[in-house]
Amino acid sequence: MPGLFGYLVWTLCSLLEAGVIVCAFKKKAFRPYIFLNVYMAASLFVSIGRYNILQHYGLASSEYVYFYYYSDTLLTIFLYFALTSLFSRVFSEMHAEQYVKLGAVLLLGGTAVFSYAVVHQAETKLVSRFVVELSQNLYFVGLVLTYVLWAAVLKLRETRTRLVQLVLSLGVYFSLLAANYALRNLYPSMTLLFQILPPLVGCFLPAAWAYAFWRIPEEARLAPARLAVIR
Amino acid sequence: MMAGFILACSIVFLLQFFISYCRSLIAASVREPLSQEVQEVTGMTRPATEEEFARVLQLLQLCPERPEERGEIGLIRTYFRMLGVIRSTIARVAPSLERWTHAERGQCTHFVAVVLGRRIAFSRNLFAQQMSD
Repeated sequence: MPGLFGYLVWTLCSLLEAGVIVCAFKKKAFRPYIFLNVYMAASLFVSIGRYNILQHYGLASSEYVYFYYYSDTLLTIFLYFALTSLFSRVFSEMHAEQYVKLGAVLLLGGTAVFSYAVVHQAETKLVSRFVVELSQNLYFVGLVLTYVLWAAVLKLRETRTRLVQLVLSLGVYFSLLAANYALRNLYPSMTLLFQILPPLVGCFLPAAWAYAFWRIPEEARLAPARLAVIR
Repeated sequence: MMAGFILACSIVFLLQFFISYCRSLIAASVREPLSQEVQEVTGMTRPATEEEFARVLQLLQLCPERPEERGEIGLIRTYFRMLGVIRSTIARVAPSLERWTHAERGQCTHFVAVVLGRRIAFSRNLFAQQMSD
């Protein structure tokens, strides 16, 4: 079972996820950013579901493990579509939404095929292995896509502050997740670090999005060139 | 090998996104001039410098906190410290990077001073409300 720290971070994270939806509603940003809010709502429901299963079956139960990994993949797909919706917003003036949607579906299909190719020789638990593989690969695709989106924001001189902050916070989140994944592979013995780090990383995205919806008005503008580290 | 590559990429991406994110938080305050009160309290008349950061932060902690500012101050403090680490390591071999970190840390100070101004105004309003009740 998770300790007090684990439960505290879990509760905080769930509250922040609910906070994103409340802030978006209050600031009339729910519909314009529907995919982001759907992802947050799904994340909140998954948190509640995980808690219930944890209480009933325990951390080491196969029910919890299955639910954890399957729901994680589902959330990754939701997050992938949230990212795609940010692409659509950035490219909206070019009327390229259809191309973005088509590209997103093709890339998702390609990632799924690649993930299947990696695990298809496994003799047992093929679906479970596929689900875990797909989730990991989608996280990495998400990181690269966020970087591409950030480059597009700079190139197209996107000035909407809220949109810029949503993209950047997503970039920080994906980078932290990818770093965590790599560190876990490089130093598997550092279990304490990997018990503390991922839940904290998970809190960053809802906190940053709640901030962006609550504090940044839709009409706020900035010069993105000022933000670039590499010009 | 692959994990090492992903780690290196993710650290580079993380730095890029984190710095840009912090700059986006600071960006709005850069154009905001410091109020007369803040100038009097802090003694800041010229553009803010990094040396004044700790003092302005101490003054900020003396004012009643506004809940919505808690996260951003923490993040800017982290950014300020990170810039300090960059300056004392990588920037030693790149003078332009040293100038950049100096300017960035100055902007962090300006940001904290702007927040201080907001908190002073908030405290004053709170006091006025209590007096009228």
